[in-house]
Amino acid sequence: MLSLGALAGLSLGNLSCTRRAREEFLQKHFREMTEADKAAVIGRLEAQYQQQYGKAVRVGTEPAVPGTLWGYGLDLSRCIGCRRCVYACVQENNQSRGNPQLQWIRVIRLKKGSLINLENSEHYYDPATVPEPGFMYMPVQCQQCENPPCVRVCPVKATWKEPDGLVVVDYNWCIGCRYCIAACPYKGRVFNWAEPTLPPQEINPEVHYLGNRPRMKNVVEKCTFCVQRVRKGRYPACVEACPTGTRKFGNLLDPASEIRYLIEHKRVFRMKEDLNTEPKFYYFFSA
Amino acid sequence: MKAMPFIICCMTIGLVLPVLAAQHNEYPVSPPPFSEGIFPCSTCHAGLAVNTRKRQLKDEHTAITLRHAEKERWCLDCHSAGNRDKLRLADGETIDFTESYRLCGQCHGNIYRDWKAGIHGKRTGSFTGGKRTYLLCVGCHNPHDPKFKPLKPEPPPVRPKAQYGK
Repeated sequence: MLSLGALAGLSLGNLSCTRRAREEFLQKHFREMTEADKAAVIGRLEAQYQQQYGKAVRVGTEPAVPGTLWGYGLDLSRCIGCRRCVYACVQENNQSRGNPQLQWIRVIRLKKGSLINLENSEHYYDPATVPEPGFMYMPVQCQQCENPPCVRVCPVKATWKEPDGLVVVDYNWCIGCRYCIAACPYKGRVFNWAEPTLPPQEINPEVHYLGNRPRMKNVVEKCTFCVQRVRKGRYPACVEACPTGTRKFGNLLDPASEIRYLIEHKRVFRMKEDLNTEPKFYYFFSA
Repeated sequence: MKAMPFIICCMTIGLVLPVLAAQHNEYPVSPPPFSEGIFPCSTCHAGLAVNTRKRQLKDEHTAITLRHAEKERWCLDCHSAGNRDKLRLADGETIDFTESYRLCGQCHGNIYRDWKAGIHGKRTGSFTGGKRTYLLCVGCHNPHDPKFKPLKPEPPPVRPKAQYGK
């Protein structure tokens, strides 16, 4: 009984004794894999996705680019709360579309004059048009903390901080205990309570092992600043989707980057700075 | 001795012009969002007399309502009267529509500074290595009515109750 419980917790999609299930069960932690191990796992995953979605999916394992530490900027004086970023993220990162619906960006609405009162924020707002008078909007997603509490509480080290500052999850190592969800002060993580629903025609086939590859039931997932894009020098999907140019992105170690410019020239703050999580997500006011 | 100011003048122009040219090619902007078939403007305007009087346009451009410092401004403050396919800066210099950010930057200096640094407006593509595109000011703002218009928001997330029946 105990071993069955442990097995169920190991987020195996298919428990029948197939060769694939056995290999999935026995695969190593991503950080302990050799290049040959990785190639074998990627081969297995790509074949599985081909079968599942009828489409060639390329699973990348690109490591962090040396000399990079990714940082994000969000202009609170420009955000109008239209949620274009939320749905661009869902599409890019292959989130489950409905039952369960998973989203990595939560746009909260705050009353003007009461900006620090996060407990009274609203994220189900649904007016005919935005922005609404008297309110402002604050998109919240994983803040990619330098001191991430979610990483510290994981009992199996299935989540960790990469050298370029991105906090990632090895979905095959996650046991679904959700300690990380409890530990995150930003509600930056979501859980696959049921088998994810991803229509095959909507799958984004450019994926990363640590990012947007299709997930399974019983694992935690989160924003990775689009690891599959930024490690190739492309802007995250939410940056490109925003109609008001609210979202900024760049390398914190590059003095000529956009993110460094805004930190030096604008009034910036980080959410819940007092918790000592050291987020790399800077909210700022340009006007 | 008499030739000296002339030589200095030539040297200055020789130095300044390439710098200016380089500056103008620095921003890989997307093409201006012209209405279908409207450009080049000279197709119609070549045969028309220049009328500098501020007036209600009755025959053409009737869709344009100027809501952009309309008391202080009129068409030919920004559009060149001499060459209709160009824009006109305050000092009389004519520039291409692809450089319109210089025209906007004359009044909106701090926004122009932020735009050049990539803080105002949107950049897409690759921030390193590949192709990067900037949007012109007019890519988001209607130059005749620049205030950003309200949008219909995308749907809110499903409530857990509706999703899991708890």
